[in-house]
Amino acid sequence: MTGAFLAIVGRDLRLAFRRGGDTGSVVAFFVITVTLFPFGVGPEPNLIARIAPGVLWVAALLAATLSLDRLFRADHEDGSLDLLALSPLPLEVLVLAKTLAHWLATGVPLLVATPLLALLLNLPLQGWGVLLAALALGTPSLSLLGAIGAALTLGVRRGGVLVALLVLPLAVPVLIFGVAAVDAALMGLPATTPLMALGGLLLAALVLAPWAAAAGVRLSLES
Amino acid sequence: MVEGLACVRSERELFRDLSFRLGSGAALVLRGPNGAGKSSLLRVLAGLLPAAGGRVLWDGVDTTDRPGTFHRALCYVGHQDALKPTMTVAENLGFWAGLGGGGEVAPALRALGLAALASLPTGILSAGQRRRLNLARLVAAPSRLWLLDEPTVTLDSGALDRLTDLVRRHRDGGGIVVAATHADWNIGACDRLDLGAGP
Repeated sequence: MTGAFLAIVGRDLRLAFRRGGDTGSVVAFFVITVTLFPFGVGPEPNLIARIAPGVLWVAALLAATLSLDRLFRADHEDGSLDLLALSPLPLEVLVLAKTLAHWLATGVPLLVATPLLALLLNLPLQGWGVLLAALALGTPSLSLLGAIGAALTLGVRRGGVLVALLVLPLAVPVLIFGVAAVDAALMGLPATTPLMALGGLLLAALVLAPWAAAAGVRLSLES
Repeated sequence: MVEGLACVRSERELFRDLSFRLGSGAALVLRGPNGAGKSSLLRVLAGLLPAAGGRVLWDGVDTTDRPGTFHRALCYVGHQDALKPTMTVAENLGFWAGLGGGGEVAPALRALGLAALASLPTGILSAGQRRRLNLARLVAAPSRLWLLDEPTVTLDSGALDRLTDLVRRHRDGGGIVVAATHADWNIGACDRLDLGAGP
């Protein structure tokens, strides 16, 4: 079972790497969205530093939803999803493997790009560590919540916008605690509580999202 | 073994009270016009579609009770080829074979006459070659029950002979084949099931 799990993760990573478009467009979207804010609100360093945590989180959230549509759709369209569903692996584990690969291909590159953008937005150095920790805990939750949206919109021909509409409201708790953690660090307060809340959200998503997404995938196979 | 199977798609009943039993070495050819429910029956048998009534038994056990065991004994070749254009021929087959518990890719590619294409990206293959690669899964991950949905479509006569030969050897080894086809495909002695006239 572990072997099959890793085989699916490896295949999806290889596909994402060869196509290149997913990782590239997610990171480019993240960078460009964040870069727009200084132009929009003016070059006041203190103001930008003040809104930096929120800007980075919202941009990361939007960038993460950008690539969700393809999570199951490509496999659905070429019949791979049928065969994956017929593998001895339970569908829930399969969803988890694909979601993990999605996070590795899109969430991790976002984390890598974050320090550069934090510098750009003049975010004080004391917030960087907590920002990265919060994103590292929050982005997997986004991928997991996104998997539910992606699975539910499989039957819809152009589900891209629908995924965002379904997933973004669900992501509000992640956003709240993510920003709260960075704000706490910037004010010199311990960020443990919001980080633990993010961890809790991740654990809950880890347990519940694969089941919900697998149910969605099962529905799409029946249509 | 199939007991009183029924299938309803979009409130339209395709078939009901369908019962048959296939022993080892048996083959069942599904015939019928387009829309008669050949593909749906195969998907119900595989467990991809829930049956509206009745059940599918494998070794006396309801397949929905122990899907894992059943899926290990099963190889389904559908309409779609389930191939990734950016992966090579060997990588595509290797992935599916590994997932199905098999492994040996090279003999399977040889069996379908694809050995020379092993390191090419799947995206450049022709429709017939893609189909052959999809069928190579049958060899790469040996399973007792083959569910084939129009396997002969787009195959040239040479590939068709190879496939017929594979089916014959599979049945000689005790394997079971259920195939939907509207072409005349001679796979030796087999049961026939004519599905309704469609809509």
